[in-house]
Amino acid sequence: MSEEITPALFNHLVELAALELSPLEADYLRRELNNQLKAIHELEAMPLDPQTPVASHGVPYPPSHSPALRADQVDPYPDPARLLQTAPEIEDGFIIVPEIPHQKI
Amino acid sequence: MELFELTALEIARKVRNREVSAAQVLESHLHHITAVDGVPGTLGGDQNTEPDKVHAFITLTADRARQQAAAIDAQIAAGQDPGPLAGVPVSIKDIFCVAGTASTAASKILANFTAPYTATAVERWEQAGAVVLGKVNLDEFTYGSSNESSAFQPAPRNPWNTAHVPGGSSGGSAAAVAALEGPISLGTDTAGSIRLPAAYCGVVGLKPTYGRVSRYGLIAFGSSLDCPGPLTRTVADSALALGAMAGADSRDATAATVPVPNYLAELEKDVRGLKIGLSPDYFRITYFDAASGDLMEQPVPASVRQAVLDGAQKLAQRGAEIVENIPMPHTKFGIPAYFVISRVEAASNLHRYDGVKYGYRTIGQVEDLRSLYRQSRAQGFGLQPKLRILMGMYVSAAQYSEQYYNRALRIRSLIRRDFDEAFQRVDTLLTPSTPAPAFAIGGIYGDSVLMQYADQLLVTGNHAGVPGISVPAGFEESGLPLGIHFFAPDFREDLLFRAGAAYEAASGPRNLAPAWVRGASSSLEVQS
Repeated sequence: MSEEITPALFNHLVELAALELSPLEADYLRRELNNQLKAIHELEAMPLDPQTPVASHGVPYPPSHSPALRADQVDPYPDPARLLQTAPEIEDGFIIVPEIPHQKI
Repeated sequence: MELFELTALEIARKVRNREVSAAQVLESHLHHITAVDGVPGTLGGDQNTEPDKVHAFITLTADRARQQAAAIDAQIAAGQDPGPLAGVPVSIKDIFCVAGTASTAASKILANFTAPYTATAVERWEQAGAVVLGKVNLDEFTYGSSNESSAFQPAPRNPWNTAHVPGGSSGGSAAAVAALEGPISLGTDTAGSIRLPAAYCGVVGLKPTYGRVSRYGLIAFGSSLDCPGPLTRTVADSALALGAMAGADSRDATAATVPVPNYLAELEKDVRGLKIGLSPDYFRITYFDAASGDLMEQPVPASVRQAVLDGAQKLAQRGAEIVENIPMPHTKFGIPAYFVISRVEAASNLHRYDGVKYGYRTIGQVEDLRSLYRQSRAQGFGLQPKLRILMGMYVSAAQYSEQYYNRALRIRSLIRRDFDEAFQRVDTLLTPSTPAPAFAIGGIYGDSVLMQYADQLLVTGNHAGVPGISVPAGFEESGLPLGIHFFAPDFREDLLFRAGAAYEAASGPRNLAPAWVRGASSSLEVQS
């Protein structure tokens, strides 16, 4: 069986994922993706009624188990400066980033 | 008996009765940790350092713990009750935020991250009187079943045989509890990550019902699958630990508003009258044949099967009714569906790491913001997060999502249906915890398919959301521990505790820790 994740498709995924890989990493990751897909294709062995619902989680959430929605009001974080301290580079309360790619209209 | 050998229930009772102080309990544990744990995992550390030590910890917060213990003792002196975990030393998997401490997810990308807030589960244990020893190691972002993928080396080792893995991803938690480095550790379970290392290390591991414990402050992997839960040496300590952290939380909309029972009282009810099911679908395993590249099936090893059947017999002797041949036909699709669902959720959750808001930022020159993203993520993530991001993006892409993602979500419905139908006939299901005991370090690391299939008997519980508990079931001929496992319906952890405690009682006294672990502290005294 030919490889499902070809080098070209793999490179496209790497671009979408905002990653950069060494050749060694790329070899390993592409091989493991194709191996995992062999396992994933086992799902196709299961005859599936198209009416079978999708389950985004296992446990049902009836109203009796669900918390009430919060009031729709602003609830400021008590210490935003503490959050900003975790940013790699800040200045005057702003997070600093390099040039943002853009096109002049 | 040394204080570090006591259970959490015994420690809390003695502290509340003023037989010992929280400070004495803490110092006993810190002294013992010095003797058995060795150097902590550090970024860029050598995996082969001190191969005869446990290496459960990344960060030991001894000063913070001493302040907490002093506060507990002050409460006792003032005649106040610090709570059900009074003076109990606990460790926390380093995937939870604890304010003011490093919260790394065992990844370079978060190695410099100091959490600005505390996870609800940790906060509730602290409010119940627990003393936090520090943060324990794990697979990077929880992605693995061995702890070998941690960016913080040396990774934890199995205290019963340090040439073997402790399991994962809550391997530091399981190793710490097994090595008497605190009677309780907080872990997480997305496909078996509490229960598998618990089985490998001969301790009790509970995955509560999805929504039983708040996920606030947990660094997310698979948001529809992740469950915080305790690892302990006894079932009673597991009941104590869950009771102290379960319940609704206004900061997590998926934390259910189901009342929390008194689990310790429920545990006393034993198993008379309970119906316990056995399923043939949990007595066979799927494995990836490297030679042919095909997935093969075979029965579980005889020792694993026998451990479950012995458990059933013991419970039957205490009055449980054993019901055989419960069909669970979709069990074998658990891992293939997990390969899809968890990767989609992981890829989504990992997009937040970009070198901008927190965590690692590349120190190299970058042209623009896009280049900053790429280089920060390339240098900050290890191989396992990268693998999950790429698979998640592929199977959820518009042109493939019906074939992969939606199909996996439909099969998840069928796995859930298996449990719904089973629990119309029985109260709990008894299964093996794992297909085999702990594998050797280096044995399968790198083979992501084989590694994932170690979880195949547990992951169905994460798909369905139902709770499960792994309980120690003696030792294989190799001397490594085995576990047996119970599933129960949603929010019926009480049934798990009843079955687990009954099995524990029927099995008689067991060796709770390896001899070298018990003797390590005294040898430290001789040397010093």
